[in-house]
Amino acid sequence: MAEMNMLQAINSALRIAMEQDPSMLVFGEDVGHFGGVFRATSGLQEAFGKARCFNTPLTEQGIAGFANGLASNGTTAVAEIQFADYIFPAFDQIVNESAKFRYRSGNEFNVGGLVYRTPYGGGIAGGHYHSQSPEAYFTQTPGLKVVVPRNAHQAKGLLLASIRDKNPVVFFEPKRLYRASVGEVPEGDYELPLGKAELVKEGKDITLLAWGAQMEIVEKAAEMAEKEGISCEIIDLRTLSPWDVDTVAESVKKTGRLLINHEAPLTGGFAGEIAATIQEECFLYLESPIARVCGLDTPYPLIHEKEYMPDALKTFEAIKASVNF
Amino acid sequence: MSNASTNQETVHKVSFLDRESLHIPILKILQADGTPYEEAVLPQIDEALAKRIYDACVFTRVLDERMLGAQRQGRISFYMTCTGEEAAILGSAAALDDKDVILAQYREHAALRYRGFTTEQFMNQMFSNEKDLGKGRQMPIHYGTAALHYQTISSPLGTQIPQATGVGYSLKMKGERNVAICYFGEGAASEGDFHAGMNMAAVLKSPVIFFCRNNGYAISTPTEEQFAGNGIASRGVGYGMHTIRVDGNDMLAVLAATQQARAYALEHNAPVLIEAMTYRLGAHSTSDDPSGYRSKEEEAKWREHDPVKRFKLWLINKGWLAEADDEAMYERYREEVLAAVKVAEKIPAPRIDEIIEDVYDEPTPLLKKQLESLKAHVKKYPQAYPKTAGRL
Repeated sequence: MAEMNMLQAINSALRIAMEQDPSMLVFGEDVGHFGGVFRATSGLQEAFGKARCFNTPLTEQGIAGFANGLASNGTTAVAEIQFADYIFPAFDQIVNESAKFRYRSGNEFNVGGLVYRTPYGGGIAGGHYHSQSPEAYFTQTPGLKVVVPRNAHQAKGLLLASIRDKNPVVFFEPKRLYRASVGEVPEGDYELPLGKAELVKEGKDITLLAWGAQMEIVEKAAEMAEKEGISCEIIDLRTLSPWDVDTVAESVKKTGRLLINHEAPLTGGFAGEIAATIQEECFLYLESPIARVCGLDTPYPLIHEKEYMPDALKTFEAIKASVNF
Repeated sequence: MSNASTNQETVHKVSFLDRESLHIPILKILQADGTPYEEAVLPQIDEALAKRIYDACVFTRVLDERMLGAQRQGRISFYMTCTGEEAAILGSAAALDDKDVILAQYREHAALRYRGFTTEQFMNQMFSNEKDLGKGRQMPIHYGTAALHYQTISSPLGTQIPQATGVGYSLKMKGERNVAICYFGEGAASEGDFHAGMNMAAVLKSPVIFFCRNNGYAISTPTEEQFAGNGIASRGVGYGMHTIRVDGNDMLAVLAATQQARAYALEHNAPVLIEAMTYRLGAHSTSDDPSGYRSKEEEAKWREHDPVKRFKLWLINKGWLAEADDEAMYERYREEVLAAVKVAEKIPAPRIDEIIEDVYDEPTPLLKKQLESLKAHVKKYPQAYPKTAGRL
């Protein structure tokens, strides 16, 4: 074990995967000698050479198309999109190509050895284009896996699993935790399972569900609620597609209440999918309406970032409203 | 060194460049009567290669004619012909090693035939039956086969261009002596993916042959509404790429250009652009009627430049083909294709269980649940789902 921040943990995962798989390539804008604008790929070019870790021209659709081509020919491809806000030029390559490669060819071809890594989320005064959480655009696309870690330990284990998974994965990294989240991380190789939520804390009055950087927020809100005698069960969804219905449903059947928190706007957000499914699975167990604490249905604002965010106070209020329904 | 790639020549009077500044000649080897131009340097071609090419020419002509008819009769849902562009496709495909990876658009089935795709395999795909390699999931003519290194076609235009750059880079990293070839039309070259893929291939030194079929139209849009520059070839030079323009109706010109492009790509780990000037003699697809946007006179003019006829005349001049054998070949393929249609249309659709396979490497629990629910529904209303109800 060593103390690492999330960037160091990601870097360690990439290093281990590249050592183990000589075909693996890491590429994107500024990921080469410079090591990435957040330094996640720091030192990889020095360790593995310019042919395996390199800069691409500044074109997201090109990066994604190139990645599809590599993976279709059996090369492991880890592509970086500098900010999730800039993944949209690559949307066609990801949604129409990566996601459908195996299905449309009858498994003659696949791009299973492909991961798109991208920093996402607000809280860094990033305004419209350095704050977005576009995960719900991708969860609507069969064929993709969507993964979001909450801390350094999770980031390394989930990234290693994503790289080795036989399906294309969009891996969202909560950038406000890159350096803020520091913890004990095994130095060696380990994986955390995809498609499996994690029960972070047991409780009996309400289930709180989130992912990524918002896990901190719901944990803080839970502490506030506990002081008022409300016992919260906390789940980190970790994989949004395919998501772990059973773990969430089991918890809600026990607590009778569910609150889902995400930074992305409310309308069309992934919380809607979870709420509808849990309502179907747990109809007879629910004691209050499922609560969604999310971003507003606005572009991500700069000066009103604090007001926009589904923070711990908003979550705390929603917990009380649910319990007192 | 920043901007080391731009030249340092200076002028001291304002002087603009225009599309004519770049002279792009067109490579022609065969004349209309099937004899080579006097100064022409012929490609490497022997009798066996010539016959393999011509066989695929005739098959493609017959397949296109018959399947157009089959679509008109409602036997298949959709079709696109290669007519008029056979030399562009086959001249290039014949210059490749059979393990070079082909990434095609959708009008290149002649190349797939050249690689060895059987008549039955073509039919199974078009009829979406249970023997289709693609499991009946895509529209007709969206072929693909790993065994023949021919990546599965997808409808979105231009997406295969940056993918080819990735395939080429992957081949290079594996140390294989193979290239990727990427086919696209001049319309698709207006997509952003063209720019992305071409630039990345040149910068990242990926051994790819980019092969543009400039056939004059993208559905109804003529080239003067597609671009204002000097065709597609002028762009290759702008990306720092070896580039050539060829007569796409001249089998030997296309073959010669592609043979040398392949050798260059392998030797230098670098991409090459070939722009083949040709004409789409047929409609865009069975959903299109060209009489709404171009004249019969224009079509007739291009019919005189029929690429299959020109190549045939060369074969006859060489003594490698006799008129009677040619007719027999057409007749044999007409019978073969018709017989294959009759067989393929009787083969049942893939089982309904296939609907959830290959979304992921393993179906997710939710997909399994959705399939069970669908099967229960089909069982309840079998008459509404005749393709699958009898086989649950």
